[in-house]
Amino acid sequence: MKYLPLIVKNALRNRRRTLLTTSSLAISLCLLGVMMALYYALFIGGQPAKAQARRVVVRHKVSIVFPLPLYFREKIAQVPGVEEVMLWSWFGGVYKDARDQRNFFARMAADADRLFRVYQDYVIPEEQKEAFIRDPAGCVVNKALAERHGFKVGDRILIRGDIYPFDLDLTVRGIYTSTDFDDDTLWFNWKYMENMLRNSPRLMAGGFTLLARSEQDVAAISRTIDEMFANSEAPTKTESEYTFGLSFLSFLGNIKVILMSICFAVTFTVLLITANTMAMSVRERVREVGVLRTLGFGKPAIVGLIVGESALISLLGGLLGVLVAEGLCWVVRQGPAIVQQAKTLTIEGPVFAALMGVSLAVGIFSSIVPAVSAARTSIIDALRFTD
Amino acid sequence: MILPISYNLRNLAVRRTTTLMTALGIGLTVAVLAASFALVDGLRLALEASGHPLNVLVTRKGAESELASNFERRVFDDLKFKAGIARNAAGEPLASLEVVTVINLVSVEYPEGANVSVRGVTPIGLEIRDDARLTEGRWFTPGRREATVGSSIAKRYPEARPGEKIRFGRGEWEVVGIFHSGQMARNSEILVDLNQVAADFGRESVLSSALLRATDEVAHQALINDLQADTRLNVQARSEKAYYAQQTSSGDLIRYLGTIVAVIMAVGSCFGAMNTMYAAVARRSKEIGTLRVLGFSRAAILVSFLIESLMLAALGGALGILLVLPVQGLSTGIGSMVTFSEIAFQLRITPQTMASAFLFALAMGAAGGLLPAFQASRKEILTALREG
Repeated sequence: MKYLPLIVKNALRNRRRTLLTTSSLAISLCLLGVMMALYYALFIGGQPAKAQARRVVVRHKVSIVFPLPLYFREKIAQVPGVEEVMLWSWFGGVYKDARDQRNFFARMAADADRLFRVYQDYVIPEEQKEAFIRDPAGCVVNKALAERHGFKVGDRILIRGDIYPFDLDLTVRGIYTSTDFDDDTLWFNWKYMENMLRNSPRLMAGGFTLLARSEQDVAAISRTIDEMFANSEAPTKTESEYTFGLSFLSFLGNIKVILMSICFAVTFTVLLITANTMAMSVRERVREVGVLRTLGFGKPAIVGLIVGESALISLLGGLLGVLVAEGLCWVVRQGPAIVQQAKTLTIEGPVFAALMGVSLAVGIFSSIVPAVSAARTSIIDALRFTD
Repeated sequence: MILPISYNLRNLAVRRTTTLMTALGIGLTVAVLAASFALVDGLRLALEASGHPLNVLVTRKGAESELASNFERRVFDDLKFKAGIARNAAGEPLASLEVVTVINLVSVEYPEGANVSVRGVTPIGLEIRDDARLTEGRWFTPGRREATVGSSIAKRYPEARPGEKIRFGRGEWEVVGIFHSGQMARNSEILVDLNQVAADFGRESVLSSALLRATDEVAHQALINDLQADTRLNVQARSEKAYYAQQTSSGDLIRYLGTIVAVIMAVGSCFGAMNTMYAAVARRSKEIGTLRVLGFSRAAILVSFLIESLMLAALGGALGILLVLPVQGLSTGIGSMVTFSEIAFQLRITPQTMASAFLFALAMGAAGGLLPAFQASRKEILTALREG
């Protein structure tokens, strides 16, 4: 530790180089940070939000595109531990012009009276909620979505049907926010579907979302429901809403492999850049090392000085990188809700630790070779060295 | 007077470790960019090579995909005798009523299972798909619970190989053969008998789409216009090629991600290159002074260092392209938001990708080398000679 001032002095000697190396590290590590944060949120440490942890989704076992019979709702409601259950259906459809990606958002039909009992994180004024439940052609929209499209209470929204052979003419009855995350969804009254598809075999549920009495019951409820319908006309797959959301990921390609390869490439690039810089600065100082040795500094002290300098620079770069990464996470949070994890993306403790670990490792590994070889050079050779 | 290139080459060769490390840093950045382009190009080429130029795909009006389309059998009966539809040797119109659905199969890549398209067709449907050749086994027999799978499916899903049985609908289906088509997207489908699968999913009268073969190019466009204008049918007709081309947007996310990552990495690598070039300038201070004394102008020095940086980047670009070449032909799959199922394709490194990757490397070299080169050219002769 007593060498710290010397290490800092050394690091500041070629300020431009230190600045360039630190920024290059910071930039690469912020990228690594976002990638690792995503990987962590998606595959390792992601936790469902508080209200969501009790929600369970029941869907067709083969694929989400197959509907389930309506009477399943009553059977599910009788499963022990189920507090409330609602049916929903993906309407799809076209709002204005499908070619514009911004016009894409989820349009779901659901039991109006049960929606807010199942989604307890939704916040909506009581009178808006009542108006939504009363109006068979009413809908509620998420606040962020409403702001994006300028929807106000009382507005009419037209959705052209594609999956279903009719169009929707909805009235916005309420705008909700969520204490967990904004889900970019338009919910409309299931009665609309009932009225349009009266006596049609197509009047079926896309799936069901239920609220378990407690988080601990989720696994048991899922098992019971799947066993109950295993030999029915429509076998089901029941899982927590959180896991259900993750199942859409495979749609974006093999995300795991893509994230891993990017992380690997970035880390390796950082290592190369830092190693290169350290090699350059050590080479410039060989003669100085000879002087230090003459003054009585031992080989371990020399190695410590050089490795310490490199570690200091990379930790600094890493710290800066984490700060920028947190900023990038904020940008991601403002983006579209492709997966809910993107809405709550942040640098978690373990990711932070891993990033600092990577920075430190990069600092040490990049300088160990030049440090050892500098310390090994005999004093005479070192003093004679000209670059 | 311009400094000879060999001067730069020798300089790079003398500091070979530094040169190689900097170049490799640039190379990795280039590799990330090229790999994401290879993914997107692979998808695009697979889809562009799909669809027959004379085929017309008919769905319900407003349906963006076959999966979201409800196409009634009576509408098909009305449209199959439209003018402009080619006929086979037996005189039947080449119009195929089809039903498309999605099932979940466990693959090597996704152990939780991925969505795969199943298409029910009639013998006429197979006749229109004249590009498909059997590579193993035979076609399914109409009226039996048999399936012939596309070559990409057979490769990626162990469950869907000849001799195996796959479960969907109301029971098991025996896989009896594999087909391969030059039209890549077709290979990501499982073909089964129309009536069998329609009955399984309760879609005897409401199916998905119709595929028509026009007699020639003029008839092709006329047929599309005719169907589009027919308000009684209420259908949407488009060329099959256009339908597939529209699915390329599935790769957009990967392209954005790849580009953003590459650009951020490029800034980092650029700083690395800058470091290297600054060190080169500092070390050669005396040399620069000497060159100036010999009569080389400031501009010549600037150009020379810039060229050196560009050469370094070019080496990096070449390394990057070499690094990424092994992914060529690697097969993977991506979910299509249009078909709600997986399209299998192979990564393709096109000459354009190589060119843009190389240009990207050169841009990094130019950005990283400009400031150091400028600094070198600004050195005063006397101070330069005294330094170092």
